[in-house]
Amino acid sequence: MPKVKLSEYATNTVKEVCASFNNSEGELINVLHQVQQKLGYLPAEVQELVAKELNMSAAKVYGVVTFYSFFTMVPQGENPISICMGTACYVRGAEQVLDEFKRQLKIEVGETTTDGKFSLSALRCVGACGLAPVVMVGEKVHGRVAPTDVRKIISECKDGCLT
Amino acid sequence: MADYKMHILVCGGTGCRASQSDKIVETFKTELEMHGLDDEVKVVATGCFGFCEKGPIVKIIPDNTFYVQAGVVDVKDIVEEHIIKGRPLKRLLYHDPATKSQVTDTAHIDFYKKQVRIALRNCGFINPENIEEYIARDGYAALGSVLEMKPSEATQMVKDSGLRGRGGGGFPTGLKWEITAKEKSDQKYVVCNADEGDPGAFMDRSILEGDPHSVIEAMAICGYCIGAGKGLVYIRAEYPLAINRLKIALNQAREFGLLGNDILGSGFDFDIDIRYGAGAFVCGEETALIHSMEGYRGEPTVKPPFPSVSGYLGKPTNVNNVETFANIPVIFNKGVEWFKSIGTENSRGTKVFALAGKVNNVGLIEVPMGITLREVIFDIGGGIRGGKKFKAVQTGGPSGGCLTEQHLDTPIDYDNLIAVGSMMGSGGMIVMDEDDCMVSIAKFYLEFTLDESCGKCTPCRIGNKRLHEILVKITSGNGIEEDIERLRVLGNVIKETSLCGLGQTSPNPVLSTLDNFYDEYLAHVNDKKCPAGQCKDLVHYEINANACTGCTLCFRNCPVGAISGEKKMPHYIDQSLCIKCGVCFEKCRFKAISIV
Amino acid sequence: MDKIELTIDNKTVEVSKGTTILEAAKTIGVHIPTLCHMKLHDMGIENKPGGCRVCVVEVEGRRNLAPACVTEALNGMKINTHSMRVVNARRTVTELIISDHPYECLTCAKAGNCELQQLAQDLGIREIHYEGEKSVYREDTSPAIIRDLDKCIMCRRCEMMCNEVQTVGVLSAINRGFQAVVSPPFEQNLDHSVCTYCGQCVAVCPTGALTEVDHTPAVIRALSDPSKTVIVQTAPAVRAALGEAFGLEPGTLVTGKMAAALRRLGFDFVFDTDFAADLTIMEEGTELLGRLSRHLEGDETVKLPILTSCCPAWVNFFEHQFPDLKDIPSSAKSPQQMFGAIAKTYFADKQKIDRKELVVVSIMPCVAKKYECSREEFSVDGNPDVDYALTTRELAALIKLANIDFHVLPDEEFDHPLGESTGAGVIFGATGGVIEAAVRTAYELYTKKSLPRLDFEELRGMEGIREATIDFDGLPIKIGIAHGLGNARKLLEDIQSGKSQFHAIEIMSCPGGCIGGGGQPYHRSNSSILKKRQMAIYSEDKMKILRKSHENPYIIKLYEEFLGKPMSEKAHHLLHTNYFDRSTIFEQED
Repeated sequence: MPKVKLSEYATNTVKEVCASFNNSEGELINVLHQVQQKLGYLPAEVQELVAKELNMSAAKVYGVVTFYSFFTMVPQGENPISICMGTACYVRGAEQVLDEFKRQLKIEVGETTTDGKFSLSALRCVGACGLAPVVMVGEKVHGRVAPTDVRKIISECKDGCLT
Repeated sequence: MADYKMHILVCGGTGCRASQSDKIVETFKTELEMHGLDDEVKVVATGCFGFCEKGPIVKIIPDNTFYVQAGVVDVKDIVEEHIIKGRPLKRLLYHDPATKSQVTDTAHIDFYKKQVRIALRNCGFINPENIEEYIARDGYAALGSVLEMKPSEATQMVKDSGLRGRGGGGFPTGLKWEITAKEKSDQKYVVCNADEGDPGAFMDRSILEGDPHSVIEAMAICGYCIGAGKGLVYIRAEYPLAINRLKIALNQAREFGLLGNDILGSGFDFDIDIRYGAGAFVCGEETALIHSMEGYRGEPTVKPPFPSVSGYLGKPTNVNNVETFANIPVIFNKGVEWFKSIGTENSRGTKVFALAGKVNNVGLIEVPMGITLREVIFDIGGGIRGGKKFKAVQTGGPSGGCLTEQHLDTPIDYDNLIAVGSMMGSGGMIVMDEDDCMVSIAKFYLEFTLDESCGKCTPCRIGNKRLHEILVKITSGNGIEEDIERLRVLGNVIKETSLCGLGQTSPNPVLSTLDNFYDEYLAHVNDKKCPAGQCKDLVHYEINANACTGCTLCFRNCPVGAISGEKKMPHYIDQSLCIKCGVCFEKCRFKAISIV
Repeated sequence: MDKIELTIDNKTVEVSKGTTILEAAKTIGVHIPTLCHMKLHDMGIENKPGGCRVCVVEVEGRRNLAPACVTEALNGMKINTHSMRVVNARRTVTELIISDHPYECLTCAKAGNCELQQLAQDLGIREIHYEGEKSVYREDTSPAIIRDLDKCIMCRRCEMMCNEVQTVGVLSAINRGFQAVVSPPFEQNLDHSVCTYCGQCVAVCPTGALTEVDHTPAVIRALSDPSKTVIVQTAPAVRAALGEAFGLEPGTLVTGKMAAALRRLGFDFVFDTDFAADLTIMEEGTELLGRLSRHLEGDETVKLPILTSCCPAWVNFFEHQFPDLKDIPSSAKSPQQMFGAIAKTYFADKQKIDRKELVVVSIMPCVAKKYECSREEFSVDGNPDVDYALTTRELAALIKLANIDFHVLPDEEFDHPLGESTGAGVIFGATGGVIEAAVRTAYELYTKKSLPRLDFEELRGMEGIREATIDFDGLPIKIGIAHGLGNARKLLEDIQSGKSQFHAIEIMSCPGGCIGGGGQPYHRSNSSILKKRQMAIYSEDKMKILRKSHENPYIIKLYEEFLGKPMSEKAHHLLHTNYFDRSTIFEQED
């Protein structure tokens, strides 16, 4: 694993967040939430620093990060695409939509395209079952998506990137 | 609400917001201002109305006009026609598919007719970000009256009401409170489980988004009853709107002296903190949830000890889910007898379901216990979409089972559902039609369990993996009859040896489909056929040369160039290239493509 | 305590309230099989995640089967431990574990000692009905420990030892579901972690997922190289446990047979680490007295307490986790390394051979010793003072490989000059032993009087942290003892906060000291084995004529001929070392 020295910003961010939770070990998950929100992801170096600040082992921090699907160690793409795989979406064809995204972006779930533009994830129910199947790009919700709409969604994102 | 002549309620639930309902609210405000009506008409972003299928929903009070599928473009017309001229906008009214007539208000919409709203009583009526609207609807009255009772009296009322946990297990709520109350400890905790993880259930989120104060009030009541000074809401981090509204509500409750020290002058101190889930279904299990709140991996531990004895930080802890709490204030406000009058002997009150799948009316519904599946699916849900045939209904999410035609007249309650091989679960209800392959559905749920298993115990970690592998083998056409028996044997061992509820119920989707759709498994194994035409490896798409007009639509839409043919001549699918995505089948306007 | 009564397999049993079904069953001779569960009785070490589900039993009236290891026996319970339903479930669960386990039993380092293998045998499993994907992981080879996680069954014993007992915190369960496994942070190798190589994870691993690095091939090669003089040293704890590998009763001393076996294996000289232990006492004892007298003279710069430094895992522990305290431990090298340093100078000179022609092999109860001898500061021009460190288990394997019938071996003596030792050297193998040996010598050197007694019972035992005050003829010397790194941590934190009142502290990383080392024959969670080894160590001490290090004639001679006096410049150069701040191992790596 390549070692990158953390930027001063990242170091300070982690320290501030930990301090705001009194550097308490029991607040680990809250700390990770805030750090990820601020830095986008939780690389190994960040986890080490969190461990140090909370006076706990890096192994435990890593154990927690890898347990919860919300935490990620890889940076998300500029356009994080999430396909709802809740049952309602599934029975209305979410799997085919997901397959089409995988095919067109040439990445698997949990991966980011090499150009950093797209990342793909599968969500549990987002609660918009009336619009099933649902695809989210960032905060934007696309409802009643068919495999044939996939190309359009991707190119919309690309256009968005250019402007 | 009295100061305004009219109210415009716009659904602000996640579903409708996904269709830009927040912009509708903004546009209403601007539009009303332009007409100088902003002093007379108030726009309120409410919680979920439940009728997500027809969202975004806009409701006008006092005339109760119910607009469906409203858009930003409709706002101007609603204001000018309805608000100013008093003429309901016909094009946005609900169109009853049976009578083919337009319905103006909810009382006459089938979707609402059979519903009884207790937990959802305020969702869609009040602005969840305004505590005064909650108070105006008897909010915090229950807390006030409870604080004048002895804790044991209040607990007894919950016990007498017969309320059972709405999160899955159905444990009697009052009894749980009583056990925790009996523990002696310097500190106890009230935990609200809002880590809704069932794929296809969003009732807890809707309640927190639409009526957060009912949960806060109930937690305070619980705290008083069990002797806890501290409450914690464990909520999914993926629910930003709910979190935000909960935070606003907590602050307002503190401002009003309904949380904090010496609540309503009673000497009772209670406050609530928020803890975030981070995407682990298993954290719905009490002990896992508590470990997660303590900052650990959300792995369950063997019970006993139960959280009521040793929970958060080793202290007695009472864990209930959102919907359970939302019922509490009503029990005190309307009385035990009233509550008991709803539902069945062993399952009192109502249950909220997220009705989804192949029904016409997808949405969030609350029905009295004892209603039949048929009423829910066909009366409220409006029957099966596209005139297809009903095949199965899945309740209880990944822990539940698939029920069939023969179960449609079963009255829904905790015990009946278990008796027929499913369970209430948290309230997901997914309807399936003839196009759904039940083996694939079982596989789908198991995939979910595999993803969400914590990995601590062998049967769940490896057993479910093997179960899934057998299902893959069967759906890809490589199964043998022995595999079906193997599914049953392994499934039963997983059920009886797994550590926690997740593992103990994980084979249910497999076992119930085995019970109810055995022939479908046999077809996959013996005939190498998927009767529903869903298992890709067992089907292929063919173009019927007689029906094909050569319109080239399929050719143009095929993502892999597997279709060829001259214009106005029958087309042909190259099976070696086809990825079976089904696009051609969907696109063909002449029903020339068939699944074989 | 309250008693309760229940029925297990139709037999009535009365046990104390709070007893588990597993323990209750044991009292009537019903041994329910377990896999993840592990308990070292009386030592406060227990692993019971209730995860493997092998020990499930049927409790009348319960819907599901109950894990016996974590289910409390309740009054009136009716339990069946071997009904058809139970046996079927137990076998299925075991089959599932095996279905995600490599079928490498023939070549696995753990074959014959594997608890999963044993379980499969006991349950009569002859066929695995569940074939499917198996977990595959990259193998991790560190200087001392090999992690082959394909064989991990998620019993979590190693994780418990590493975190709860040792508080080292290298291992944690990671991922979830089928991907869940135990790993160092970021799935890095152990040598990129704060692992101390104490080997307690190896000691408790039920399968071959954690084993020591095998140095036997290299030793065999050296032994068959005619140009090399190959000598061997054996640590004190080895003689108290080696017999177990040959079926002898735990606690059987096999010092003489071991020496004979080593000679038959072809070692040119069979020496004893106990000799170096005596040497360690000379240096460490002198250092202690030096610091003590400076302290008594009012020198405020002197650092007390002095901490022992014989244990390489302990050295790693404070270098990683308490670097601010790195000036406090004695600078004396461990006996293994003192032996190597003397062997490759004093002894090599005597033999008139170049150090490169001399191969020093050590037999250790420990896996951290493998790492210790690879430390750069313990070598000269790339030639290590100790070439190879074998565990007790590896020695047993070598003996078997050489067709030696251990049982019929005669008792033989060690060679001279590095084979003579006193009882003080022997007790290095048990917790409290090093400090007792130091007391025997320091007392006499300090008071210039003969000790009135030699057995310091107050320093012995199995309590995790012990303390005692020894009267040095009017001067009360306060002594602390900890075994297990978690206990060591407590004493260190007291030192950091200035609360510590001790003059000297002995620390051994492994529960029970070296007798419970990670390289010993597997104790299979039977703590009575550790106690028997401990008794064996003290009985060998009792049998010795000389029981004080400074009376060892070969030690006296070594100082006269070679070193001068303890803490001399030469002694300093050869027998002492420095410690390093390794706390920042992760932060940057260029």
